[in-house]
Amino acid sequence: MHNILLEDTIAAISTGGTGGIGIVRMSGADAILIANKVFKAKNNTSLYHKKSHTISYGTIIDNKTDNIIDEVLVMVMKAPNTYTKEDVVEIDCHGGILVMQKILELLLQNGARLAEPGEFTKRSFLNGRIDLSQAEAVIDLIQSKTDVSMQSAVNQLGGRLYEKVKELRSHLLDMIASIEAVIDYPDEDIQEDTYQALEEKTKAVIAEMEQLLSSADKGKILREGLQTVIIGKPNVGKSSLLNWFLDEERAIVTDIPGTTRDTVEEYINIDGIPMKIVDTAGIRQTGDVVEKIGVEKSKAYAEKADLILLLLDSSCPLEKEDKEILEFVKNKKTILLLNKTDLEQKITVQMLERDRDKRDILPISVKENEGFEQLKKRLKELFFSGGVVSAEDGILGNVRHKNALYQSKEAMERALCAIVSKMPEDFISMDLQQANRALGEITGDTVDEEIIDRIFTKFCLGK
Amino acid sequence: MSYIADKIDIAVIGGGHAGCEAALAAARMGMKTVLFSISLDSIALMPCNPSIGGSSKGHIVREIDALGGEMGKNIDKTYIQTKMLNTGKGPAVYSLRAQADKVRYQSEMKHTLEKTKNLHIRQDEIVELMVENGTIKGVKTQGNAIYQCKAVILCTGTYLKARCLYGDVITECGPNHLMAASKLSQCLRDLSITLYRFKTGTPARMNKNSIDFSKMEPQYGDENIVPFSFENTPEKIQREQVLCWLTYTNEKTHDIIEKNLHRSPMYSGVIEGTGPRYCPSIEDKIVRFADKKRHQLFVEPEGEGTEEMYIQGMSSSLPEDVQLAMYRTIPGLEHCEMTRNAYAIEYDCIDATQLKLNLEFKHIKGLFSAGQLNGSSGYEEAAAQGLLGGINAVRYIKGESPVILKRSDGYIGVLIDDLVTKGTKEPYRMLTSRAEYRLLLRQDNADQRLTPLGYELGLISQQRYDALLQKQKQTEEEIKRVSGIVVAPSEEVQQFLKQYGSTPIQTGVRLSELMKRPELDYEKLYELDKQRPVLSEPVKEQVNIQIKYEGYIKQQMKQVEQFQKMEKKLLPENLDYTAIKGLRIEAQQKLNAIRPVSLGQASRITGVSPADISVLLIYMQRQKAQNKK
Repeated sequence: MHNILLEDTIAAISTGGTGGIGIVRMSGADAILIANKVFKAKNNTSLYHKKSHTISYGTIIDNKTDNIIDEVLVMVMKAPNTYTKEDVVEIDCHGGILVMQKILELLLQNGARLAEPGEFTKRSFLNGRIDLSQAEAVIDLIQSKTDVSMQSAVNQLGGRLYEKVKELRSHLLDMIASIEAVIDYPDEDIQEDTYQALEEKTKAVIAEMEQLLSSADKGKILREGLQTVIIGKPNVGKSSLLNWFLDEERAIVTDIPGTTRDTVEEYINIDGIPMKIVDTAGIRQTGDVVEKIGVEKSKAYAEKADLILLLLDSSCPLEKEDKEILEFVKNKKTILLLNKTDLEQKITVQMLERDRDKRDILPISVKENEGFEQLKKRLKELFFSGGVVSAEDGILGNVRHKNALYQSKEAMERALCAIVSKMPEDFISMDLQQANRALGEITGDTVDEEIIDRIFTKFCLGK
Repeated sequence: MSYIADKIDIAVIGGGHAGCEAALAAARMGMKTVLFSISLDSIALMPCNPSIGGSSKGHIVREIDALGGEMGKNIDKTYIQTKMLNTGKGPAVYSLRAQADKVRYQSEMKHTLEKTKNLHIRQDEIVELMVENGTIKGVKTQGNAIYQCKAVILCTGTYLKARCLYGDVITECGPNHLMAASKLSQCLRDLSITLYRFKTGTPARMNKNSIDFSKMEPQYGDENIVPFSFENTPEKIQREQVLCWLTYTNEKTHDIIEKNLHRSPMYSGVIEGTGPRYCPSIEDKIVRFADKKRHQLFVEPEGEGTEEMYIQGMSSSLPEDVQLAMYRTIPGLEHCEMTRNAYAIEYDCIDATQLKLNLEFKHIKGLFSAGQLNGSSGYEEAAAQGLLGGINAVRYIKGESPVILKRSDGYIGVLIDDLVTKGTKEPYRMLTSRAEYRLLLRQDNADQRLTPLGYELGLISQQRYDALLQKQKQTEEEIKRVSGIVVAPSEEVQQFLKQYGSTPIQTGVRLSELMKRPELDYEKLYELDKQRPVLSEPVKEQVNIQIKYEGYIKQQMKQVEQFQKMEKKLLPENLDYTAIKGLRIEAQQKLNAIRPVSLGQASRITGVSPADISVLLIYMQRQKAQNKK
């Protein structure tokens, strides 16, 4: 469990998230020290020498890779005249949500801890900054936000990522249980892992973790965008929708012609959310053969997508292939777009509401330029609530999860070090257990009895 | 007609491992104490395995000794083989285990009790606890004798409503055909104490003369012995050791068991109690691990004055004929003669979450509970609780603050915290994996962790305390000295390093740095440090461990620091959690039931989330602010 007493320095993105400019905020005794590690002022003065409540201009630099992350303004506010009555540093950045997340990650890697929901307010109260009447509100905030964030964590963890982390934990538990069983039952004839076996297993886990982390790397999303696929049967308006995005959005980053002759991929940026939109329009060219092929192709793209935009022609009744696609996307993150609202309506929102969330059905008319703002709004909502997760390999959408995975990997690297230098097994177990605890923070599992449970399911022990 | 037999300070009910430690601690701390046992011949009885210690249990025994308890000294007097286990692993999990001469273990302990000032032992069954206004006032024997007292420590072990089973034979008795305590259970229920039914078991004993040891592998004790008690030296307790033997089950054994499973009361549903995963019966092992071709068995002597051998690894509740058939499939046991058959035993135990961390019932002042009655299993776990129960009963009578060991103080702290905070649904066995700070809770430093407390309580002599201070002083000085020596990369040094497969050094290196290399240690580095002072083995061990694993130790000490901050945030005893807005209902209920003393303890209750802890923290802060106004 986190240290919930007021000992450490906490950090969080403190703006709601929409819009390009945001604030990353830190509070605690080490706030200035941590900020100073990743901030380089234009005039080269250290943040230590700054007077309280002053602003410095400069860049945030990844102190591991020396890469510049963003140009920022940093405000240093020293205790006690701050919201929390602790040292507070605010970093104003303008690179959008992904840059903010990257900055937050840097702060976490340099010694800050991710703030719990409502924690800035909590500290403010505990340090006597806000009065008693506000305390009740703080309690509500903590409890309700925790519930929400738990839920969203579960949502985010749906599917493959969750499975992946579970699988990693299971490997770790097996390794720990093997070591612990031998320690607790030294007389039993248990097949011990050799150092070589331990080394191989540890390396395999680290490799998996690295892969997960790289898929979680926001840099990748920055480069490649949120994989968004437009699907729908022919002539429903897919290409028009893509063009609509392109016309509306002047912030086109690149323009790469389809990597296969069947698709067109475009990179756009909507208020800081980079997206790679794949139009499966090209499949029409094979259309002649059977339309079924079109459906299959769409499915193949949809399978890999972070988000699906399913386009339906609301002026025609639902056809068999519409239904087939609808059935197929049932469990995927999808926005249903009812196009051609300018024509007579044969399909309505109400008709589709039965199996899905109302918010994810939007009537639009590409031709009349109607509904685009709602679509953009919904895209942003989905992104910032963490509702969009890569289906492929599982992108860790959440800084908390990524941080936990990072810590877990570091513990595994210490374990590897201990294994290679042939430290006694119980030291190795210490590191493995730490790695396991960190992973448990992602899946929400408690470590409590689970090692012991695993020992006794795996091994036959006792008098 | 009842009559008042005596007026005493403390009554201890039960003379097993918990009862002995409880009574001794209470009497040694100056309390007039009476220990009641249904049979004085069952004092300190070891009804199951003939050994003390083992992984994590060995740690507990050393902690008991460090606090001034008796178990360590008693096994040092009566051991017949001893072994330090896990020496191939790290120092945190080195574990001492000794085979005991069971009868001598009992008689030595009984004699110690008899000789102890303030302590009287009495053969009698207690049938009633006298409680007035939620405070214990006395105990009543089956002969209607009333002993008025200020505190009672329940140490009934496996005797409450006990019954022993094998096949279709059910005997209403405690272990070894001893009388069960049949009346106290109802009295406990009447006092609103929740009872559970637990189960455990023991294997058969064989006559040594019917065993063919040539078909088994001999198991030797250690040549260099380590005493359990910090008071003893190896020289003082050196003796000739006996042999144990190793053999295995085979497919024939498993076949017999499988064919007769339906005749086991475990599988036919006669046994109601919950058994431990930690020591399953042979039936359990074969059912749960069907693909395992053989299970190992240790054949261990029950003592030197007897031919009885204990068949470790093969407890059972199968009928006698099946038992005999299955034992006789084992190499070396083909012609074995059973002296006692294996059996399962069921008994009443309490829901330990009804206790406070000082082992006193939350709702009955002065009533304490320790040992297997609290849901634990094992002699060592019982003794540890008995010792703390005894100490705390005395503190209660004297109106002093309770003695509570934290999870970072010792395995005993982990044990009691687990039982009282989380409760247990099966007999609880200590495991090293339960201790989150085990690198600090080593068996070698139990004295440094706990002897100052034992001294303060009056359970440790001045002489022994001085010896500890001396040991610590020598350790510190030697660590300082070793850390100050710089070794130059001379020909001799490089040769030495090569000999141990260690990388040569480029520049001068501190001796303490060389010690940290996995292939080197304090002992080996004598070659480069011949001028070192002459020190005792325990001091050398401390120097080696403290330098060698310094990094890991520091890391764990940091974790303990964090942990202790949470433990120091105390929660008021009479807090009404249902009135705290923001706590989830499950958390409210759990907190109201367990009534944790600190935020730290609260955070370990199953069903209390980190958010609930945050809410509690804010609530406490608010109360504080309001009180100021």
